Amino acid sequence: MSQSQIEIQVIAVLVAAACALPGVFLVLRRVALMSDAISHTVLLGIVVGFILLRDVDNPLLIVFAAGAGVLTVSLSELLLKTRRVREDASIGLVFPALFSIAVIIITQNFGSIHLDVDAVLLGELAFAPFNRMEILSASVPRGIVVMGVILLLNIVLLGLFYKELKLATFDAGMAAALGFSPAMIHYGLMTSVSVTAVGAFDHVGSILVIALMIAPPAAAYLLTDKLSRMLLYSVIIAASSAIAGYWAARALNVNISGAMATITGVCFVVSLLFAPERGLIARSVQRKRRSERFAVEMLLVHLTRHENTPDAAHENTLPHLTEELNWQPMFAQITVTRAAAAGWVERQAHALYLTDQGRKKGLVLLAR
Amino acid sequence: MDNLLLIFTDYTIRNVVLGALVLGVVSGTLSAFAVLRKQSLLGDTMSHAALPGVVIAFLVTGTREPVPLLIGAMIAGLLGTLFMNLVTANTRIKQDSAQGVVLAVFFGFGLALLSWVVRQPGAEHAGLNKFLFGQAAAIVESDVLTMLVIGSFALVLIALFWKEFKLISFDAQYAKTLGLPIARLDVLITTLIVIAVVVGLQMVGVVLMSAMIVAPGVAARQWTHRFGVMVALSALFGAGAGIIGALISSGAINVPTGPVIVLCITLIVIVSLLFAPARGIVWESMRQARRRRQLRAQIGQPTARGASYPRGVYKP
Repeated sequence: MSQSQIEIQVIAVLVAAACALPGVFLVLRRVALMSDAISHTVLLGIVVGFILLRDVDNPLLIVFAAGAGVLTVSLSELLLKTRRVREDASIGLVFPALFSIAVIIITQNFGSIHLDVDAVLLGELAFAPFNRMEILSASVPRGIVVMGVILLLNIVLLGLFYKELKLATFDAGMAAALGFSPAMIHYGLMTSVSVTAVGAFDHVGSILVIALMIAPPAAAYLLTDKLSRMLLYSVIIAASSAIAGYWAARALNVNISGAMATITGVCFVVSLLFAPERGLIARSVQRKRRSERFAVEMLLVHLTRHENTPDAAHENTLPHLTEELNWQPMFAQITVTRAAAAGWVERQAHALYLTDQGRKKGLVLLAR
Repeated sequence: MDNLLLIFTDYTIRNVVLGALVLGVVSGTLSAFAVLRKQSLLGDTMSHAALPGVVIAFLVTGTREPVPLLIGAMIAGLLGTLFMNLVTANTRIKQDSAQGVVLAVFFGFGLALLSWVVRQPGAEHAGLNKFLFGQAAAIVESDVLTMLVIGSFALVLIALFWKEFKLISFDAQYAKTLGLPIARLDVLITTLIVIAVVVGLQMVGVVLMSAMIVAPGVAARQWTHRFGVMVALSALFGAGAGIIGALISSGAINVPTGPVIVLCITLIVIVSLLFAPARGIVWESMRQARRRRQLRAQIGQPTARGASYPRGVYKP
């Protein structure tokens, strides 16, 4: 690997981890689409900041961008407070408007500068190593410094406010009752999302920011019930998607951000299908098991009810199950075999008899 | 005034204005449904999810003819919706995250495909990305015609299923008990929203198209409690914003059409929220202030026993 390849991957992993951490809380707090809104509106902050500062590399630009992010959140909350607009609509009204203002300012002021709207969405990670800065007389890509600082900031904030975030996310009422302001936590989180988005979109474009903030946490959400594990898994999934996406992009000669976003989607689908308890496959197996167990229990209840009654000879037979319980003959056969294997039922020709164990279980089920 | 005359004489301006009109009417109409069904952000998701469909359609057919590209966009949009429904119905992942995943992953995949296409030799793919990022000035007469045909198709379907759509927009449970095929109607209305999105994409682009699915409906909702009136108003607002935006941007130099249209519709929303006759915020706060004054006056007056409440203590 050449040096620039390593640098690109380091930046990608830093971006991935920095995005995944606040992303977990966006997904859990059901405001995932705020990342979509914010990653577009930071453009307005950058444009306004650039007009005032006249310097693309000024770190203060991040402050402006974060301000635009917070403005997005407050405007949509303001709309919500009027009680005339629902939450989804309030987000959908604010960010296209702010984005439009940004695009108009750009075309008015920088018609000659190549600040493409497409570039905002796309980003080009391949150019990141060319933008360098001096740190302790060593030349490092700007992206590594910027994203490293932002990741560190996110980790520190998370460490400091972990308890508060956790409580406010899972039980907002309790958090408020204990005196943590939900608004403070919400705006704090959104500021962190804005800062991360603006740092990241410079390198990878806003679409990958959204993908990294939502898809890995959503995948991790299916894998675990513990917040700390969800954070860890999200970072792992995001970082490995970033690296895999980089090599896929190189192999197929396609846009790096696009390939990375695609891989986060692949990870999500894999988790959706194969997650141990919540995956689609695990769920359908569970559903099948449950219906099998229920069928055996039905059988035991039926046999126990009619045992030692005059019509037992008629009721407790295999063919009768198809009419009584409305089962397919095949299904009745399989269920009886299953009950027999468990040692609850004995079968003699078509007649069915309970074993002692089966009777005990049947009585327990009947009493329930 | 000069601009108005140009609608009839200038080829480009006429096309842009007509295109914006069609876009406004179609997306405005569907917007009313999207807002009532709490699917406002579906437009945003669908406009992004359409990209891989467009690129694949281009790869398969090898042309930039709008119709195959639109069909590709529609298929991708529908696949995205179905995937979203699969996720929300079977896991604890909520609507917002499912939408976010579809939006970002589909679009990212589309970008990867698009970058691959662009790096291939040949010039046929030129302008393919304009299809998604929107460039109103590049709209030609045949584009307007295509938009018109597809848009009318969507409007006719709405007229045909008016009763059903109205019912599932307000009370899906009741519609179910009546035996209406809820799931199929759901897919149909989502398809229509996708159509509206696809119609607008090449005019205003991905990001701004989402506003056209949210804003007209929200604005129209403020003026009326009647469904039919709301849909009509929504279409009217959409069309108004489209035409005015197109005219403004054609009158000034270097002003892109899409963002101006979006700002127009946003302005309509703000005016509606503030000044709509019954629900307007301004009227409500005036009513509240009047009530407060009346209450204060009542409290301040001497009671039967001749005593009065001390001033400044009660602040209802």
